[in-house]
Amino acid sequence: MKSIHVATQINGDAVEFVCAPDEPLLDVLRNRLGLTGAKEGCGTGDCGACTVTLNGRMVCSCLVLGAEVDGAEITTIEGMAAEGELHPLQQAFIDHAALQCGVCTPGILVAAKNLLDHNPNPSDTELRYWLAGNLCRCTGYDKIIAAVQDAAHKMRTA
Amino acid sequence: MDTGTKARVFKQVGTRPARPDGVDKVTGRAMYGADMVAPGMLTGRILRSPHAHAQIVSIDTSAAEAMPGVKAVVTGKDLIAQDNDFMRDIQENVLAMGKALYDGHAVAAVAAVDAATAKAALKAITVTYKQLPHVTDVDAAMKADAPIVQAGRSLETVPKGMSANVTNQCEFGHGDLATGFAKADLVLERSFTTAATHQGYIEPHACLVSATADGKADIWCCTQGHYNVRAVCAALSGMEGSQIRVTASEIGGGFGGKTAVFIEPVALALSRKSGRPVKIVMTRDEVFKATGPTVTTSMDVKIGMTKAGRITAGQAILRYSGGAFPTGTVEMGASAAFAAYDLDAVHTLGWNVLTNRPKEAAYRAPGAPQAIYAVESVVDELCQQLNLDPLDVRLKNAAKKGTLSSYGPTFDDIGLVATLEAAKKHPHYSAPLGKNQGRGLSAGFWFNFGGNTSVSMTVNTDGTVSVAEGNPDIGGSRASISLMAAEELGIGYDKIRTIIADTASLGHNDITDGSRVTFSVGLATIHAARDVIKKMCHRAARMWGIDDDAVEWKDGAAVPAGDNAGKFPPMPLAEIAASSHQTGGPLAGHHEFTADGAGVSFGVHLCDVEVDPETGMTTVLRYTVFQDAGKAVHPDYVEGQMQGGAVQGIGWALNEEYIYGADGRLQNAGFLDYRVPVASDLPKIDTVILEIPNPGHPYGVRGVGETPIVPPLAALSNAMSHAIGKRLHSLPMSPPRILKVLSEG
Repeated sequence: MKSIHVATQINGDAVEFVCAPDEPLLDVLRNRLGLTGAKEGCGTGDCGACTVTLNGRMVCSCLVLGAEVDGAEITTIEGMAAEGELHPLQQAFIDHAALQCGVCTPGILVAAKNLLDHNPNPSDTELRYWLAGNLCRCTGYDKIIAAVQDAAHKMRTA
Repeated sequence: MDTGTKARVFKQVGTRPARPDGVDKVTGRAMYGADMVAPGMLTGRILRSPHAHAQIVSIDTSAAEAMPGVKAVVTGKDLIAQDNDFMRDIQENVLAMGKALYDGHAVAAVAAVDAATAKAALKAITVTYKQLPHVTDVDAAMKADAPIVQAGRSLETVPKGMSANVTNQCEFGHGDLATGFAKADLVLERSFTTAATHQGYIEPHACLVSATADGKADIWCCTQGHYNVRAVCAALSGMEGSQIRVTASEIGGGFGGKTAVFIEPVALALSRKSGRPVKIVMTRDEVFKATGPTVTTSMDVKIGMTKAGRITAGQAILRYSGGAFPTGTVEMGASAAFAAYDLDAVHTLGWNVLTNRPKEAAYRAPGAPQAIYAVESVVDELCQQLNLDPLDVRLKNAAKKGTLSSYGPTFDDIGLVATLEAAKKHPHYSAPLGKNQGRGLSAGFWFNFGGNTSVSMTVNTDGTVSVAEGNPDIGGSRASISLMAAEELGIGYDKIRTIIADTASLGHNDITDGSRVTFSVGLATIHAARDVIKKMCHRAARMWGIDDDAVEWKDGAAVPAGDNAGKFPPMPLAEIAASSHQTGGPLAGHHEFTADGAGVSFGVHLCDVEVDPETGMTTVLRYTVFQDAGKAVHPDYVEGQMQGGAVQGIGWALNEEYIYGADGRLQNAGFLDYRVPVASDLPKIDTVILEIPNPGHPYGVRGVGETPIVPPLAALSNAMSHAIGKRLHSLPMSPPRILKVLSEG
């Protein structure tokens, strides 16, 4: 199979890569671009550990082909802390002990930011349903919900 | 051991500082098993049996070996044959020899230049199988005419005449059951089954192995025990332990499942054969099919109770299957079954049975949730029939200091009564319930382990301290270890950095299991700190020109011990450290020991459920966890263990199960069909930490990680019995099963 050339924007930077026609975006990010913050927990879109945004929409990067993102804007966990300053969500996750092993954390942070970008004041129920596609096996989600709500509150009142 | 610090006022232990790996993990920088790369790295993949049970007649790898881009192919013959049963079981699970024993059993592996080539190479390997009759059900496997999974594996404890699949028998207890049951006003006998569940860590097993031509190897992997990875790799490769250095990556969840070794010896064999680094990352499908689910069980429990609520006798018969290889997990279940009760007559009998399922791996309190689910269900039904309050009954029969436990030891200070009392006075226990709703509770227990542990501690010349420990951090333990070092040394938490050392840099450490890390590594850290404090006091004594024993350590500084020692201002750690290279050289402390005195742990869970009679779906409305932590070193992460364990237990109770077809193949090897709890399934999980100090630790610490998965199974089932007016005796209580019970009128 002949590789495909793709020009895209990742976390605000212009990026070019070549990939196989059947290569998932997740593999491109991890294996070609060194962006290993997105994790492969299942490869079938069930766990959300590979969550990134594609033109502002939350996607499982294991279900998107690298070849599909030509001309698109992608954000990953690596783009969340602007100029080394933690995003309020990242800080809240540390402050609230909202992570244990941390392997689901990048996907959950990307998903939570995507929610707050659209809905700065979600109810707990809205938040729990929004994050229902991101599996966490360590925390029981309790401290994650508390952390996102705390960050949302701080962002609203900032 | 100095235990005279029960009334101690802590300065740092018990606070909630930021964890040292927090920023790495929220920015995506933390390096997990699959994140490491090496120059010239190959991709390794494993070929697995599609059959539940089959003779491997032949494996032809020649076509795969001839493919362009394929650099190595290995089979079971490339591993060193082990001569003791325990190691041979690991070896034959890593790569099958002679027989494939379950759907997913590894039979061969390849290393190739990329994943696509490796995948194609697997298809080019021809394995000729002769299928054999299989058995995946524990009760069926005990029948006389059952297919034999492995012959000749029964220990002498197994009575003659039982199926050859029964590998071991265990018994615990004391007193006379017949006398006990005769004293009861009501005796109930019930049978239960529980499905096998998977730990469900989000990070699949992954490793990178780089072996060199001069007989060295470096291994990077996600594991709960990198010293064990080294030992297994050395045995299966014939290499010497000193030549294999294993570095534990960040670990994306384990819960016991990453105590076992699967892929590292395979990657090592491939790397040695190809002369290049080899990375193996399991797919989720492989994780489900070939790594550690729990045992699957079938159990009978008989308990007698008086009208006043005193339990007069308890008996449990446990049939556990840990898959295709012998396991001793049933002994844990048989020991733990009645641990929460002070009984005059108690007896448990357990068998482990071979089935054509993957080899069981530990999952949080292995063996205990199932047996305690059965016991706590019968206790609850007795309370219902005798119209007794289930918390009062548990208090009336609760194990306490001095109780001869059901499994032998006499309990020291334990927190069960305090935990039950906390549950009783909590507002949750008396909150009103609505239609189709029910409340349940259960006690839970875990032994907790100590074990072999090494810690080293360096006082740097700038007054900071580096702590090296050797147990992978699966739940925030680096923060707890730093807190205990800070407490002992009397310096700030922010002056300490704790790291997980590789196998060449620190003495042996047992696997991260048995809730042993905060307890055992904490103890070693305290001892290592005391070691270096002694050395720092010696330096101060020399500088002051007084005797060593005229100096003591207080609030992070050497001070003269009393007026007779001389008048000197306190000499802080930073000052001693700064001059250390002029006063005798670098300052370091260390401690190596076998930790003992872990102290058992009890918890009580309360839960409210609502069942939708139309769909059979259960909603958990409210959940509260009460647990004795001894001393919560970092309460955030103690709560995290309590919440995470409870939710795994909720999943086990309501949905999670391994489903095998009649063909013996696993039908739900993915997160879509093996349904773990998601955020929208759950309410807030409230936590109440009790602190009844463990006499075996100077700060009173007990392990907390495993007990929380024990009570949810019965707590949910007991709640369900109130919500629908009927009791289920089988887990999971998935919607189809509930609908079936409801339709039975």
